[in-house]
Amino acid sequence: MEATPPPFFKRGPSPAFRFGVFALFAVVLMVLDARLKYLEPARQAISIILYPLQQMAAAPGAVIGRITDYFTAKDAVQTENSRLRDETLRQAAALQELEALRRENTELRSLLEAKARLTPSSVLAEVLYGARDPFSRKLIIDKGLTDAIQPGVAVVDSEGVIGQVTRVYPFVAEVTQISDKNQAVPVQNVRSGLRAIVFGNGKDGTLDLRFMPVSADVQVGDTLVTSGIDGVYPPGLPVARVIDIERNAALAFARITCAPLGGVDRRGHVLVLTTRRDLPERPVEPSEPGPKGKKPRRDDS
Amino acid sequence: MTPLARPQEILLPVTTGLIAVTVLGALMVNLVPLPLGVLAVRPDFCALVLVYWGIHQPRRVGFTVAFLLGLSIDLVNASLFGQHALVYVALLFAAIGLHRRVLNFSLVGQSLHILPLLFAGDLISIAVRLLAGDELPAPAHFAGALIGALMWIPLSVLFRLPRLPKTSPDRV
Repeated sequence: MEATPPPFFKRGPSPAFRFGVFALFAVVLMVLDARLKYLEPARQAISIILYPLQQMAAAPGAVIGRITDYFTAKDAVQTENSRLRDETLRQAAALQELEALRRENTELRSLLEAKARLTPSSVLAEVLYGARDPFSRKLIIDKGLTDAIQPGVAVVDSEGVIGQVTRVYPFVAEVTQISDKNQAVPVQNVRSGLRAIVFGNGKDGTLDLRFMPVSADVQVGDTLVTSGIDGVYPPGLPVARVIDIERNAALAFARITCAPLGGVDRRGHVLVLTTRRDLPERPVEPSEPGPKGKKPRRDDS
Repeated sequence: MTPLARPQEILLPVTTGLIAVTVLGALMVNLVPLPLGVLAVRPDFCALVLVYWGIHQPRRVGFTVAFLLGLSIDLVNASLFGQHALVYVALLFAAIGLHRRVLNFSLVGQSLHILPLLFAGDLISIAVRLLAGDELPAPAHFAGALIGALMWIPLSVLFRLPRLPKTSPDRV
């Protein structure tokens, strides 16, 4: 056996060894993150450290945006102003009607002894950026744990549903858009009342209405609104419009493609609906300890 | 013509400050919010800077730095926690392995070495995400590696500037 001479300079472990150790560590982290979700504290810590850097990186763009806003031509502002005024007038009329309907609804519900609907509360947030992950569709918004945002709440804009908050950091939150491959929204067809579930396509920002029989009553141009049966999205929010239907009798289901109505991939302001609906508890198996959510709701306000 | 025949220039030594500034700068550039269409083809400057220092100063930039940088990028990109960490550690390892060879080439020849490296980094990302249950990204995503390899040339010129001797050697 030939012994290798001792090295002249102490260099520590070889790069290959170090690479192996770190690669193994990375793989373990990924498995933990993808399967077990144990890494939230580490994520939170790095998020806090990165936040000032992110703010600094976003500052030039924000300043340029503000300057562009300042120099926007006067007539453009005037056009927008008159449009907004028209819209306000129209909405005011609708709002008065809504007020009357709401009162009527409360009375009817009390007559029926149904549970009163929660008054929705919401937080206005700004979309900071679309996450640069080519495999998923996520947005980062500028409100987080400090603004009492919980994972799982719905996010909408003026046109319709955008998605759902999936991860919350102290100052920012991740919103998974409805066009993400792993996102599903229970919907109802406004025209026919048919209930279904739309899934994100993940590739081109469209949605698929899956598992609809070939004979299902769906037409191009139908509007889909949330049905509210999942307890995540409040009922009646516009989600998507059917843009293409491919009926092939050889297949069990029709291929129905929808375009989201909410401003997916657009920047701007969104509304985070912070109220979780108070649904009856899911029946649990007797072997499990009692449901956790039974605690009485605290009314801080 | 042997590549080694080119006169070797004498540059100032690399300070830890320069490495820290460039790595932090790359992180900042990666953090700049851009429209999604631009983001899809933007090269990963963190990867590029790590490869640069892996090739130029293989003993100065460590795997821990690459790993933590990768975790930060994972967090900001909302990708799998550890995905970029794995890619950066692999890129640094490859860069250290190649460092004796690459610097003998001209800048164009060097960038031709960088291209397969960045491309392989993308492939690791894709393999990881396919295993995690995601689908292939849009083809435009691969343009990032190509643009990154082209960026190697201006980046090399830029990073050499702080190391130029303060005065001309002829003017003693």
